[in-house]
Amino acid sequence: MTENNMNPLSTEMLYPVQNGIGNMVRTLFPESAFIINSLISICSLFLLVSLLPVFLIWLERKVAARFQARLGPMRVGYHGLLQSSADGLKLIFKEILKPEGADTFVFFLAPILPASATFLVMAILPFDHHLQVADPAGGVIYVIGISGLSILGILLAGWASNNKYSLLGAMRSGAQMISFEISLTLVMLLIVMLTGTASLREIVLSQQGTVADWWIFKLPGLGLIAFLMYMVSSTAELNRAPFDISEAESELTGGFATEYSGISFAMFFFAEFVNMFVSAGIAATFFLGGFLAPQIGVAFIDPLFAVIPGFVWFFLKTFFVIFLYMWFRWTFPRLRVDQLMYLEWKMLLPANLLLLMSGGFFMAMGGIL
Amino acid sequence: MKKQACCAYLSKVVMGFISLLRGMGVTIGYFFSPKKIVTQQYPENRESLQMMARFRGHVSMPHNEKGEHFCTACGICEKTCPNGTISVLATKDLSGRKVLGKYIYRFSQCTLCNLCIESCPFGAIVMGKDFEFAVYDREELIFTLNQTQENANG
Repeated sequence: MTENNMNPLSTEMLYPVQNGIGNMVRTLFPESAFIINSLISICSLFLLVSLLPVFLIWLERKVAARFQARLGPMRVGYHGLLQSSADGLKLIFKEILKPEGADTFVFFLAPILPASATFLVMAILPFDHHLQVADPAGGVIYVIGISGLSILGILLAGWASNNKYSLLGAMRSGAQMISFEISLTLVMLLIVMLTGTASLREIVLSQQGTVADWWIFKLPGLGLIAFLMYMVSSTAELNRAPFDISEAESELTGGFATEYSGISFAMFFFAEFVNMFVSAGIAATFFLGGFLAPQIGVAFIDPLFAVIPGFVWFFLKTFFVIFLYMWFRWTFPRLRVDQLMYLEWKMLLPANLLLLMSGGFFMAMGGIL
Repeated sequence: MKKQACCAYLSKVVMGFISLLRGMGVTIGYFFSPKKIVTQQYPENRESLQMMARFRGHVSMPHNEKGEHFCTACGICEKTCPNGTISVLATKDLSGRKVLGKYIYRFSQCTLCNLCIESCPFGAIVMGKDFEFAVYDREELIFTLNQTQENANG
């Protein structure tokens, strides 16, 4: 093993995010720490990625039910908590059917891509001060690049299915996601411009202070508009209602996932929900102070909030954004394809460029920093 | 002209946002009011089950405490029924007047379309609220709705 000769200082430089467990492993097994730590982080991420969608699907169904004056799943487990595990188990045991004339390799490759994309983005989410698998300097660029993988998965699924509905759904979805990625990237660019860094951890740390220092409130009015634009374009990016034209049950019988069944369908479905978590987590990181505790400037509440560990705040903020996504989904009517493109190219994109310009103006005036 | 178009565009954006916010207000109202939930946990709350006012369970004929009903055996419901569900068997009382003898209702053929109840000129039949009619034999779903000597106590 050539790694045995590595300088101990270089590990410090390799892992800027210091973590109690990681440091303990490094002191106990200095030689094989880089393998053990990677395994630990992969296992914990894997656990998170596999448990989150189960919980999120249950949450979505419960929230949807409450918005529609229903109860939602109530029978399996306490208030239906085990319902989505039961559904997942059913999907695992179902037969996977491949349509005649489908491209076998691409057909089975396609569901893996979105799932692995979410896994990869999850690795750089800053859950806490010292709870982040990796913190690359260009984290934002990494996030944008990886999210392209899920578009690829959907396009391949539609292409390989040998079904006109799948192909139409995939092409619509591809057009939609590529269009809205522009506004999403521009909103991210605004924050990157203001913070002067593309590392997610640094972006969170740039929001230290009171709640008024979070990017959503820091810019006078602009932050709120930027947050709204992020919400709109990320909802479209996630293919969620009101922008779910890729599925479009009533027109396309399920879009790109028409021919998928069993576990390959479950992978698309799971990836969709983990994607929602990742997107909400990035919204929390960019606009809501990530793992930082909300300091509202009241003397006896602030220390109490500061005691609560950062990952709790991260998850609270993330689930708040997830609730917003669900609220949108169960309130708004769906857009037509042309209305969707109108929204992106004629409304969001000019508004985004204007926002970016005014952000630069504020920076030049030095009024906000 | 150009200024007007710009104003129209901006007001479209603002009004769109306001209408979206109004819709979100409606749904969050439902979310935070558990009393509005209409779902019934049926087998558990079987004793206290409250059916909806417009629920159509089966055709029934209400009687007052003396065992009297409003049916005059005119047979309009029988003619209205698209499925031949109802048979009104008229008879004559002691004074020779046409009265209802037996009102036969075959539940297994009924689609609960409500036409008989709407066509009844006297309001003699209504939709009942019972729905637990699972039986092993179709013959058991043929009911006599009016109280006759045979089913007066049953």
